Amino acid sequence: MQVMRRRMRSHKGFLIGAGILLVLILIAALAPWIAPYDPLETKLVARLLPPAWEQGGRWEYLLGTDHLGRDYLSRLLYGSRISLAIGFGAASLGCLIGVTLGVCAGYFGGRIDQAVNYILTCQLALPGLLLTMALVFLIGPSLLVVVCVIGGLHWTYYLVVTRSATMQIRRLDYVTAAQAIGSTPLQIILYEVLPNVRNQIIVIFTLEVGIAILAEAALSFLGVGIQPPTPSWGLMIAEGKTAMFYRPWLVVLPGLAIFLLVIATNLMGDGLRDVTAPEGRN
Amino acid sequence: MLRYALKRLVLALLVALSVSVATFALLSFATDPARAIAGEDADPLVIEQIRERYGLDRPLPVQYGAWIGGLVRGDLGESYHWKRPVSELIATHAPVTIKLALMSIFVTIVIALPLGIIAALRPNTLIDRAALSTAVAAQAIPSFWLGLIFIILFAVKLRLFPVSGDGTTWHFVLPCIVLGASSVPAVMRLTRTGLLEVLGSDYIRTARSKGFRGLRLLLRHALRNAMLPVVSVLAIQLGHKLGGSVIVESVFAINGLGRLALQSILGGDIPTLQMLVFVFALTFVLLTLLSDLLNGWLDPRLRLG
Repeated sequence: MQVMRRRMRSHKGFLIGAGILLVLILIAALAPWIAPYDPLETKLVARLLPPAWEQGGRWEYLLGTDHLGRDYLSRLLYGSRISLAIGFGAASLGCLIGVTLGVCAGYFGGRIDQAVNYILTCQLALPGLLLTMALVFLIGPSLLVVVCVIGGLHWTYYLVVTRSATMQIRRLDYVTAAQAIGSTPLQIILYEVLPNVRNQIIVIFTLEVGIAILAEAALSFLGVGIQPPTPSWGLMIAEGKTAMFYRPWLVVLPGLAIFLLVIATNLMGDGLRDVTAPEGRN
Repeated sequence: MLRYALKRLVLALLVALSVSVATFALLSFATDPARAIAGEDADPLVIEQIRERYGLDRPLPVQYGAWIGGLVRGDLGESYHWKRPVSELIATHAPVTIKLALMSIFVTIVIALPLGIIAALRPNTLIDRAALSTAVAAQAIPSFWLGLIFIILFAVKLRLFPVSGDGTTWHFVLPCIVLGASSVPAVMRLTRTGLLEVLGSDYIRTARSKGFRGLRLLLRHALRNAMLPVVSVLAIQLGHKLGGSVIVESVFAINGLGRLALQSILGGDIPTLQMLVFVFALTFVLLTLLSDLLNGWLDPRLRLG
């Protein structure tokens, strides 16, 4: 454990990623207090103002305004709440589904394993984005539906890794010993298998957060995800698209926000992978 | 070999059908098409009539059976939204998407392979780190945002490319770069890892001792084995392009299957959607099968298994 902590502290990528993520989480938590305006408050006389340092910009609207006069900085700050909530929510749901299926398949083997493998093959063949879009829009786009649908369709990575790790651990002596003293499969899974898969699951979780955020951004951009007036970064890009030729900041700023958040989670995930399993590094 | 291929083909079809069952079930639970067709404040009697007309009041397995029956006969159903046969809609939109997908895989190959090879030849140097950093960054960029940035930069500011549409091949350049770029990180890393591993192996050392060096060593000996996993991944990525095309086609206003899919969703057009999901899934499964067979052909060691 101490070795890992030391490695974490000296891994630049991990530190940068974790740092950025921490800042964004703080922003999301403190948004109502640090945002200068209400993100939903429209002010049509102040429409489409450029950022303060550009010509025509005003310092009270630091990053400009959108087509309805809403302050862009405030919307960006509040948008972090949406992205983080969906990212962590969907990744958690995927984790639940994938790890459960993976552990069952890896531990019990046989028919259960074959069945789970078949489900996995079918899931991989599904056009993920298309089905996500269809289900979210048809059920009714809301934060909860987005989280559930994205999470419900992104569990394959968890399954594959958990399954192979479970199969390896199952063969070890201490599992046989646990079976010999009469532990139930559930006890073995909870106390012997899961603690040893925990590190890999955490790595996958961090990476899946980024994937979920990108998925939500795409959905909201296409109009089948978070609906206006909620400030989702993907939706902000879509709303700015029509005016983007002479006001590129409308599109550039939310995109940068998404990019920053996803690269933070990716760096953290890659860093965690390097720290917990350096043999797996390229 | 042939028996293996046939067995896999049957499995592929089975998977595609299972996908269609799952999709049918999910879509049926997600929405009530009769209400969508009738409109928001329609009279319940009208909704009932629509339900009867489209056969939506039959039990689900019966509806699915009818769909399969139609599929086998070549009747892919009629679109609720456009009131045209689904087969016609798919046939008119497919060529554009196929062209887009193939061109973008070409872009992926052209960018990712050289990058991966160079990175593997000079591991842990500046070039290697730059390539890996680019891969990490590229994985974090939303593809629709990249598309819009490209449009702003290349189409408007520099006026090099048309802004949108699918008239000429020149129209396809920006969309293909955006679509291809999404696969570049994965393919580049795989090429780099594979080549690094191969370069460290015994037979390469033997080849070097025999006098093979540089480009000749690379092409005749190292790459052939390093490319095996890459070929599989490329086939799978081609399958993903279909899904990715939804975003790119929307951004660049290209009239392909992706755009058709989006419009079907927004219009609540279940038959078209159902068929599109089936087509995408079937294509993906066949491409995976193709990549397996290709692997088996390229690497004789796999045929023994």
